[in-house]
Amino acid sequence: MPIETIENTAKQLVLTVQDYSLFAARAFMNLWTEPRYWPEFLVQSDIVGFGSAAIVLLSGFFTGGVLALQSAATLSQFGATAVTGQFVSITMIRELGPVLTGIMVAGRNASSMASELGSMVVTEQIDAMRALGVDPMRKLVTPRIFACISMLFFLTIIADAFGILGGGFVTVFLNHQDGTQYFSKAWESLRYPDIIQGLVKPLFSGYIVASIGCFYGMRTTGGTQGVGRSTIQAVVNASVLIILVDFLITRVLLALFPPL
Amino acid sequence: MNEAPEPAQTPSAESGQIAEAATDAAPVVVFRNVSIAFDGPPVLDDISFSVAPAETRILLGPAGVGKSVLLKLANGLLRPDQGSILLFGQEISHMPEEKLFPLRTRVGMVFQEGALFDSLTVRDNVAYQLIGERVPDHQIDRRVRKALGFVGLEETFSLYPSSLSGGMKRRVAIARAFIRKPELLLYDSPTGGLDPVTSTTIIELVMKERDVYRTPSLLVTHRLQDAFTLCSHRFDSERNRMVPLPEGETDLNTTFLMLEEGRLIFDGSLHELMHSENPFVREFLE
Repeated sequence: MPIETIENTAKQLVLTVQDYSLFAARAFMNLWTEPRYWPEFLVQSDIVGFGSAAIVLLSGFFTGGVLALQSAATLSQFGATAVTGQFVSITMIRELGPVLTGIMVAGRNASSMASELGSMVVTEQIDAMRALGVDPMRKLVTPRIFACISMLFFLTIIADAFGILGGGFVTVFLNHQDGTQYFSKAWESLRYPDIIQGLVKPLFSGYIVASIGCFYGMRTTGGTQGVGRSTIQAVVNASVLIILVDFLITRVLLALFPPL
Repeated sequence: MNEAPEPAQTPSAESGQIAEAATDAAPVVVFRNVSIAFDGPPVLDDISFSVAPAETRILLGPAGVGKSVLLKLANGLLRPDQGSILLFGQEISHMPEEKLFPLRTRVGMVFQEGALFDSLTVRDNVAYQLIGERVPDHQIDRRVRKALGFVGLEETFSLYPSSLSGGMKRRVAIARAFIRKPELLLYDSPTGGLDPVTSTTIIELVMKERDVYRTPSLLVTHRLQDAFTLCSHRFDSERNRMVPLPEGETDLNTTFLMLEEGRLIFDGSLHELMHSENPFVREFLE
């Protein structure tokens, strides 16, 4: 690859990161000043929260089930199948619940935000909104970001709960172990730092999902083909960023709350 | 909130007087040596012109010459690389976006394809600004019906844009632009891609706004027949339709601009346009 191409690609990447940072910061700051569009926030909360509940619930349930299946097989080699509940609950709450929910919501909502806003850009609806004296950042982007942050928080709790339930289902009906032992171990082993870790992550994931979805939607060019491209970029980048930020948050929180 | 101005007298006989009055007052829009480029050669290069109060300026030129870009610059939707743009006497080329929003509420803009919000009904599209200003619902309904009546589409009140034809969408877009009685109107190819009958209906609406409310406007088109119709007709409020001006008379408040490859090559009246020696103007007219 010629040096010039590498240089241009690197410059483009830096420019995109800069644009995204400014975009995301501006959208976040808009919440603290008038005008605020609360009806938009409620509509988006319904779309993100209620609309994603089914996929989050199902993916959480089956992930918990898979965890119980896999861990029981390994733990039985050490005669420690009794701690399956502990394993499932800590893994779901600290790690898999937040990340999985973030990625599921990214697949569903980052794509829809990018395509919806992208379509509005290519049909000049965004320009029309600006021409009518309404700030699209305040009207369209900020409500989506805060709806996504607040709804991802609750969706993660649902995913965690159904993950533990799925693990319990597998433990009782497939592994034929004691359900009371599973649930009591799952409960007893939890500490506040685990819950804090599990509930801090979705706040960041929600911000990433909506800001990336809106960012790629708002910078769509090239007609309907451009809308498709923006949608792909939004889902891919949001998913990767969720995992990257998850890693960083885990590192920081483990340093703040070291395991016993 | 802007209130509807009193309808003005029909301008046919007084056209000369109106033109004089228009040039005396401060211009509504001023372009001074404006240039803009998008990753390539300039789309607009060193453009200077102005729009006086009550003046209708028709921007002619072939497709892709930068007409829509010029219109977006006039409303602050794009920023020039060089030069300055004054809107209602305020320099907007470096104005922050937040300060531009209140200024834009004084401008009505009709986009090329209408740019209606497809998730909203016609009523909510037309009332978009009024809803944002928290105007009571009964007032909104009354004003929307009046605006839709102006464009002859009262029956579309509850419909969604997807169920409207191309011409109806443009007319709804015109109603949306007119509803707050703007101080300036920007039309981006309002008749582009429409059949002759619908085009005439749209031009009649533009003329109605020009002659009844005397709103200054900048109209982009590549259709000469629309431009000539605007010059050679006036809107008769009593008969509620456009009528031709007497033989040899033209509307003196309707003037022309012509772009060629991003440069302004003509700025003048219909008479000057028809007698221009510029080869591109000649070719365009022929």
